Amino acid sequence: MMAACGALFLRELRIAHRLGGGATIGVVFFLILVTIVPFAIGPDLNLLSRIGPAILWIAALLATLLGLDRLFQSDAEDGSLDLLRMADLPLELIVAVKCVAHWVATCLPLVIAAPLFGLMLAVDGLALAALTATLLAGTPALTFIGAIGAALTASLRRGGLLMAVIVLPLTIPVLIFGVSAAQATSGTVPFLSPFLILVALSLGAIVLAPFAAAAALRAMSR
Amino acid sequence: MPDFSAHSSAAPVAPPIAGLYVAGLDLIRGEQQLARQLTFTVAAGTALVVVGANGSGKSTLLRCIAGLLPFERGSIELEGRGEMPIAALAHYLGHQEAMKPALTVGENLHFWARMLRSEGAGAAEGLAQGLAPAAALERFGLAHVVDTPAGYLSAGQRRRAALARLLVVSRPLWLLDEPTAALDAASVKKLTEVMAGHLNAGGLIVAATHDELGIAAQTLRLGEQIDEEDGP
Repeated sequence: MMAACGALFLRELRIAHRLGGGATIGVVFFLILVTIVPFAIGPDLNLLSRIGPAILWIAALLATLLGLDRLFQSDAEDGSLDLLRMADLPLELIVAVKCVAHWVATCLPLVIAAPLFGLMLAVDGLALAALTATLLAGTPALTFIGAIGAALTASLRRGGLLMAVIVLPLTIPVLIFGVSAAQATSGTVPFLSPFLILVALSLGAIVLAPFAAAAALRAMSR
Repeated sequence: MPDFSAHSSAAPVAPPIAGLYVAGLDLIRGEQQLARQLTFTVAAGTALVVVGANGSGKSTLLRCIAGLLPFERGSIELEGRGEMPIAALAHYLGHQEAMKPALTVGENLHFWARMLRSEGAGAAEGLAQGLAPAAALERFGLAHVVDTPAGYLSAGQRRRAALARLLVVSRPLWLLDEPTAALDAASVKKLTEVMAGHLNAGGLIVAATHDELGIAAQTLRLGEQIDEEDGP
């Protein structure tokens, strides 16, 4: 069972790496979003450093969704999904492994790049640390919640936008607690309580989303 | 009941497969009823060829047996499967090859070998363990493409690579949907040899096809006459 999970994990990483370097594209997209915002709101450093964590969180959210629509769609199209369902592994576990691989390939680079991009938005040192911690704790929730949307739209050719419409409202709690924990150093709210709720959201998504996504994939094949 | 005594010394070994029994199966795709009360038996070491016009339910039948489609009436039983689901004892070759174009053929096969292998299944009824990807490709005359990305293969080569998947993991029941599609005559001959080898080892084959496969098989005709069955 572990061998099969390991094989699936490696395969997902290899595909992400070879198809236009999934990590690089995600980080570049993240960078572009972060760069665009100051153009839109003007070069007010105080304002930027105040809303910087929020900008980075929204950019991370959008960059995470990028590519998530292909999570199950490409497997559904080329018949791999049928075979994965015939493996001697629960489909829920397969979904979870694919999500973890997607997180490692797309979200982890974003988390690593976030402190650097935060500097561009005049976010100070302590806030950068808080921001990076919240992204590290919160992006798994984004990936796993997104997997539900990806599973629901796996059989649709142009399901990407529909997936975003399904998934984005569900990510609001993650965004609220992620940003409030990230802004804790500059404001009045404490860091720990929103951060712990964020961690809870991620853990909950990791446990529940594979079941929802697997159910959606099973229903899709009818 | 199958005889378990031969395996009693080893702890959890999958028992030998005696046969595939389908009884009273109704095939429904969408709103359309494709076949009623389908009943047939495939004994170990024999093959069943499913024929019928396009849209007569051949693929639906194979997907039902593979556990990929739910069915409302009837039963599908693989005698001797023990605790394992039929899906974990069956190879399914659909219309798509399940090859990732970004990975090499060898990587694709290696992945499926590790993914589809299950504890105990390989030991079932003395079927040999799966071949290495290179050896499996060799059987279909594709040894030279092991390190080629699957995206560079022609349709026929991709089909043969998908057929090689049947050999990298040993599973007793083969469900083949149009296995000869896009194959040239020489490749069909190789496929015939491989299928004959599988049957000799006690495996079962259910194939949906329009072509002659070259193996001795009973025929199930879908569409016109609904539950015909020829004895072997």
